[in-house]
Amino acid sequence: MSPTDEPSGGSGRSSSAERSDPRDRDDAADDPAFAAIDGDDDAIDPDAVTGTGDGSGPARPAVSGHDHSGRAPAVDAGSGRPSELRSDGGTRSTGEPVSEFEQMADVSLSESERRRQWFDEKILAPARIVWDDWRARFGVVVVTFYLLMGTVGLQLVAEPSPNQGPLLVGAFRSLQYPLGTTASGTDIMSQIVYATPSMLIMITSGAVFTVVLGTATGTVAGYKGGRTDSVLMTISDVMMTIPGLPLTIVLATALSIKGNPVVIGILITVNAWAGLARAIRSQVLTLRDAEYVEASRIMGIGTPKIIGSDIIPNLMPYITMNFVRQARAVIFGSVGLYFLGVLPYNSVNWGVMMNAAVNRAGATSSPAAFHWLLMPMLTIIVLALGLTLLAQGADRVFNPRVRARHAKTVESGDDDEGDGGPGGATSAATGGI
Amino acid sequence: MSYVLKRLGQSVLTVFVVVSASFALIRLLPGGPLDYLRAQMIQQGGSSMTMAEINQRIAAQTNIAVNEPIYVQYLDYMAAILTGDFGQSIWYEEPVASVIGPAIPWTVFLTASALFLAFTVGVSLGAVMAYKEGSRFDLGSTGVGLVLNSTPGYVVALLFVAYLGYRYQIFPTGGRYDSAIDPALDNPAFLVSVLKHGAMPIASMAVVGFGGWALSMRGNSIRVLGEDYLRVARLRGLSTRRIALRYVARNAILPMYTGLMIAIGTVFGGAVIIENIFAYPGVGFYLIRAINARDYPLMMGGFILITVAMVIGITIADLTYGWLDPRAKGGGSRESY
Repeated sequence: MSPTDEPSGGSGRSSSAERSDPRDRDDAADDPAFAAIDGDDDAIDPDAVTGTGDGSGPARPAVSGHDHSGRAPAVDAGSGRPSELRSDGGTRSTGEPVSEFEQMADVSLSESERRRQWFDEKILAPARIVWDDWRARFGVVVVTFYLLMGTVGLQLVAEPSPNQGPLLVGAFRSLQYPLGTTASGTDIMSQIVYATPSMLIMITSGAVFTVVLGTATGTVAGYKGGRTDSVLMTISDVMMTIPGLPLTIVLATALSIKGNPVVIGILITVNAWAGLARAIRSQVLTLRDAEYVEASRIMGIGTPKIIGSDIIPNLMPYITMNFVRQARAVIFGSVGLYFLGVLPYNSVNWGVMMNAAVNRAGATSSPAAFHWLLMPMLTIIVLALGLTLLAQGADRVFNPRVRARHAKTVESGDDDEGDGGPGGATSAATGGI
Repeated sequence: MSYVLKRLGQSVLTVFVVVSASFALIRLLPGGPLDYLRAQMIQQGGSSMTMAEINQRIAAQTNIAVNEPIYVQYLDYMAAILTGDFGQSIWYEEPVASVIGPAIPWTVFLTASALFLAFTVGVSLGAVMAYKEGSRFDLGSTGVGLVLNSTPGYVVALLFVAYLGYRYQIFPTGGRYDSAIDPALDNPAFLVSVLKHGAMPIASMAVVGFGGWALSMRGNSIRVLGEDYLRVARLRGLSTRRIALRYVARNAILPMYTGLMIAIGTVFGGAVIIENIFAYPGVGFYLIRAINARDYPLMMGGFILITVAMVIGITIADLTYGWLDPRAKGGGSRESY
């Protein structure tokens, strides 16, 4: 779209003002068009942002990435003056470029006040939201526990070694071996603890890989459209149709990889990015014609910056949810493949433990060894459950209305909004392996 | 119509890419499968075999004639795969096609039944949960759904084997059917045996799946229940049943249809693990066996066939989407998954 074109989707207010005087537009001091494009966040259909597949209840306003203070929509909505100064990069309030920092200062806050407000909005409010909801609270507690287990836990628990104790002690029978011992007398709890760090690395690498690649592909395809779109989507479609776990197995065998957890994490999610790219693209399609995106385009901001600061912030809830979903998929996949014994490893792993329990002690048929199998399985389930619940909490954290209500420095006008909504229900498709 | 053609073309492209990739994996990797096979053969045959003989054996096993130029190798390989020749299994000493071919229907039987069960049970449960939103039933089911959704299928499978298989001996723990029974489709004892052997693998895949479907159906239905067109439908005096099925259910299921396509992939992949736990000779079972025996022709054949089965499944699901959602018939405006 060339700068002289009319923004097609402008709100009534702006386009009428604009049509009366189209030639002055670019140098108008406080052009209502710009202000409306910046200020009128509510003009964007909120349903569009929540996307297709996730029935996440209430509508939420689009978040503009340029918008550095989360409270702006609430204040603006109340003031009723669309030409009110907004901290949107590139807004011309006085006819000359003003940096974002100077614009922030226009709200006239002292340095310490501003810092306190930032802390309140960015740290305390999300924390309060999370703590407010029992599901998210459970998720946070579980994930923190596993993180501690993978770091501090190593100092507290003795390294696993054969003949640490008597053979095949049952679970919860003795204080010394709370989770029992294996057929070779290794403490099961120490095995579980010592398997955690490489698992955490694996989860992180796999999830980061998928989310970064999927988001990049999806946003570029959706925003650019045309040939870029069809090429990228054809690649995604092809990748998506290849069954993931068999592909991982074949690659792991043919490439003769070593047991590096980072590589294995990536290998397990090797084609998961394609599905994410598809989903993100269809959400970007609903965003790319939003007014604030159009405004950025008219102002000549480059594609990478538009994608980075206009598009992606709106997709953050969805992306976070997928990060957690991928983390879970990595756990399920890696433990499953370790259990089958088709992945190389150089340290103990929950799946390797299960494999040993079944193959060496016949844990499925002998009750005496069953705890050896059960403990790693419970470890996986609890972690996966924690991640699922955390994803639901993340959905609320990114909802600006909920956040505004929990930030004490913000006087919010709209507290009629229900914020619950089964946000995490989107995970249905990956409902287990 | 053009959409159907485009969709079919894409499926063909996927298979083409997978076959090419499998050629690259076997042929091009240094120290990869081909080198391994040759080293093994030199070790076994010792001095009795000439290099030409060894190459010939490898060509028979992998469809790759090493001494030809690479593009000829590639074309030969593609031609062989297209005619259903996947090479010779090293472990079973039989053509790969005759090892894996008979296993395909069994894998499809497991995955299709599991997917169908999980989907129908999940969707019905989710719909009921949405109607009774906030009740104790809803809360309880949501909790159960969340826990099941966080459980991998193989965990359930192992629990089934341990309890239903060994401890209480209700279901057999391995095989496709009782080998003492004559495998004929008109033999009721055979069908019962097939169901008994399939029950645990299917159940372990379905149990972990339905929770997720129920939760998303619940969310979608609650959203649909608030729509204006539902109020209109009620004011028109339509029967509750008609509203529930044609208005709520249909609109709530639509967004999940794309998830169903992704789930086909998940279930197919997961079946590899499940089949091995239950020693159920499907494609995944042979895939793992091939890997443990370093039987590369069997491995690649299994992988290609699993992909083809999945591509067919997804294509069918995608093409029926238009039948479910009339808006998608045009094709151009589709934004599924």
